Amino acid sequence: MKKNNSLLLSTPYILWMLVFTLIPLGVVAYYALTDPNTGVFTFSNITQLQLYLPVLGQSIWYSLISALICLVLGYPVAYFIAHQKPVAQKILYMLVMLPMCMSFLLRTLAWVGLLQDTGIINNLLSAIGLPRLQLIRTPAAVILGMVYNYLPYMILPLYAVIVKIDKRLIEAAEDLGCTPVKVFTKVVLPLSVPGILSGVTMVFVPAVSTFYISQKLGGIDTVLIGDAIERLFKQANNPNLGAALSLVLMALVFICTGIMNRFGSDEEGGVIV
Amino acid sequence: MSKELIRLQDLVMEFDGEQILDGINLTINDHEFLTLLGPSGCGKTTTLRIIGGFLNPTSGDVFFDGKRINDVPPYDRQINTVFQRYALFPHLDVYDNIAFGLKVAKLPKAQIHERVQEMLAVVGLKGYENRRTDSLSGGQQQRVAIARALVNRPKVLLLDEPLAALDLRLRKDMQNELKRIQQAMGITFVYVTHDQEEALSMSDTVIVMDKGRIQQIGKPEDIYNEPQNAFVADFIGESNILDGVMLADYKVKFFGRTFKCLDAGFAPNEPVDVVIRPEDIDFVPPEEGHLTGTVTSVTFKGLNYDIIVDFKGFKWLIQTTDHQAVGSTVGIRLNPEDIHIMHKSEYSGMFGDYSSYSAEYDELTEDADDEEE
Ligand SMILES: Nc1ncnc2c1ncn2[C@@H]1O[C@H](COP(=O)(O)OP(=O)(O)OP(=O)(O)O)[C@@H](O)[C@H]1O
Ligand SMILES: [Mg+2]
Repeated sequence: MKKNNSLLLSTPYILWMLVFTLIPLGVVAYYALTDPNTGVFTFSNITQLQLYLPVLGQSIWYSLISALICLVLGYPVAYFIAHQKPVAQKILYMLVMLPMCMSFLLRTLAWVGLLQDTGIINNLLSAIGLPRLQLIRTPAAVILGMVYNYLPYMILPLYAVIVKIDKRLIEAAEDLGCTPVKVFTKVVLPLSVPGILSGVTMVFVPAVSTFYISQKLGGIDTVLIGDAIERLFKQANNPNLGAALSLVLMALVFICTGIMNRFGSDEEGGVIV
Repeated sequence: MSKELIRLQDLVMEFDGEQILDGINLTINDHEFLTLLGPSGCGKTTTLRIIGGFLNPTSGDVFFDGKRINDVPPYDRQINTVFQRYALFPHLDVYDNIAFGLKVAKLPKAQIHERVQEMLAVVGLKGYENRRTDSLSGGQQQRVAIARALVNRPKVLLLDEPLAALDLRLRKDMQNELKRIQQAMGITFVYVTHDQEEALSMSDTVIVMDKGRIQQIGKPEDIYNEPQNAFVADFIGESNILDGVMLADYKVKFFGRTFKCLDAGFAPNEPVDVVIRPEDIDFVPPEEGHLTGTVTSVTFKGLNYDIIVDFKGFKWLIQTTDHQAVGSTVGIRLNPEDIHIMHKSEYSGMFGDYSSYSAEYDELTEDADDEEE
């Protein structure tokens, strides 16, 4: 009876998944495995992908660096919020969420305005007699864009985990001889691992597939896999190769979350989104 | 006993302007088993946390070995704690929980191993080294918490209601075990409980607390036999507490009758509280009794009967192995040693009247006690 009910209730979602996820996925797979001209089955799209290995590597590399920077920046923030009074926690939590309420495009464009050659920063520099700098169209600008956009995704899961760490465990550690630094390394940090894994995943996954950030803030040498896919569909008019690349990207994301989950599964409450 | 190890002097603790500890003065001797006993919320944990260094008193001082340690952080105190709810590290297995303090102290690996194994044997958890702590039963977690503290060989072990979560049987076993460990290792125990039986059976010294104040300090026998006020008399075991007047040394008047007693040093005609323990009262035929009354209820308690007797409208609890029929008239005799005299206190008149006693009432209060935990 209960089982029937839950099946009934989940029917809309299952239908949704079928129509908007599984069927499109099948279409993508179909395109990826067929010839652009003749439409016959082929692996040539996949084998062509080795051309894109450098782009893929670059995407992973940038995303990892961004995730790492987010972790280093986000952890102290999450820790700080988790140790405030409940009311202050709520307010700070809202503040972290706030940028996410603004359009992603707008946030990225704002950085363009700041960083471009005739942007606010460079105008300011030249106004005080300093030379203009190459800020936009650099790898650093792309990573900056990623960090700026995805930092809340790091802070929120970290906060959720840190705030749940039992204060008495910290007292127990102090009782057993831990200085504040050792309390952190021996108790707080190990207990934050689920939050770290989930934060890194939540930053890495959208960062590795982004194209807008690199298009607006990057240059010709900062092409990411998302850009490549977009170009194949829109400019090169080769949806088959684009579909193949999408499949590879998807596999990559799956593998990454899988690895993260594997790490996390030893830890208590290792929930990964 | 031996020399003084810890002294608390004029401790006052306030939370949000509310006074939780109100002038606590006590000394704890080396190798002593000292128990803080009192009802829930009386400030036992707070006192313990001040000794452990987790709380700074609003005023007053803590001395350890003669040195003031108010500003010494917990990690620099030769004190370990078994916390009220164990607080085991969930990310570590049993072995690493117990080894935690030794690893922090950077002992050689071989020595750590040896001492952890030794502790595992002491608490009877050999073979559980690699178990996750959340896969252990309450009693096992309890023993890990004790081992984790004891393995550091502290001078003082603070235990905050360590057995509260265990069932009666296991609690009794662990009481004996703890007492044995304390004596074998020669460690000073400061033990917190609200179970008076536990306090009396384990301790060298019992401190009875209520409302942030110490009500009485003494050996278990003295606390039981010579309670200092109505609160202590009622909290430690059952007591009939009556209004009386101390006519002169060794002479007390209550129920319109003068009795001999063993107490002296009261002002002439001082109003006093008279304590008579239910188990000290013997029935005699009505014509031989100092007092005669009517039995109003009899409850079988296993070892004895709880018998309520109405003496001129004042109901006493009497515990005896002799069965009496409800409604029968009984007499009692009171020997001088059965009568304990206490000065009047703020607690006078609040306890020791069994007029509202009934077996159901008793059960209800027991349930309420359980729920508090
Ligand atoms: N950090 C705190 N902030 C405010 N009030 C507190 C704090 N800690 C304890 N109290 C209050 O102090 C009083 C005494 O608490 P304490 O924990 O010492 O009681 P206890 O005797 O250990 O009781 P129990 O047997 O229930 O553990 C309680 O009324 C409690 O609400
Ligand atoms: Mg307590």
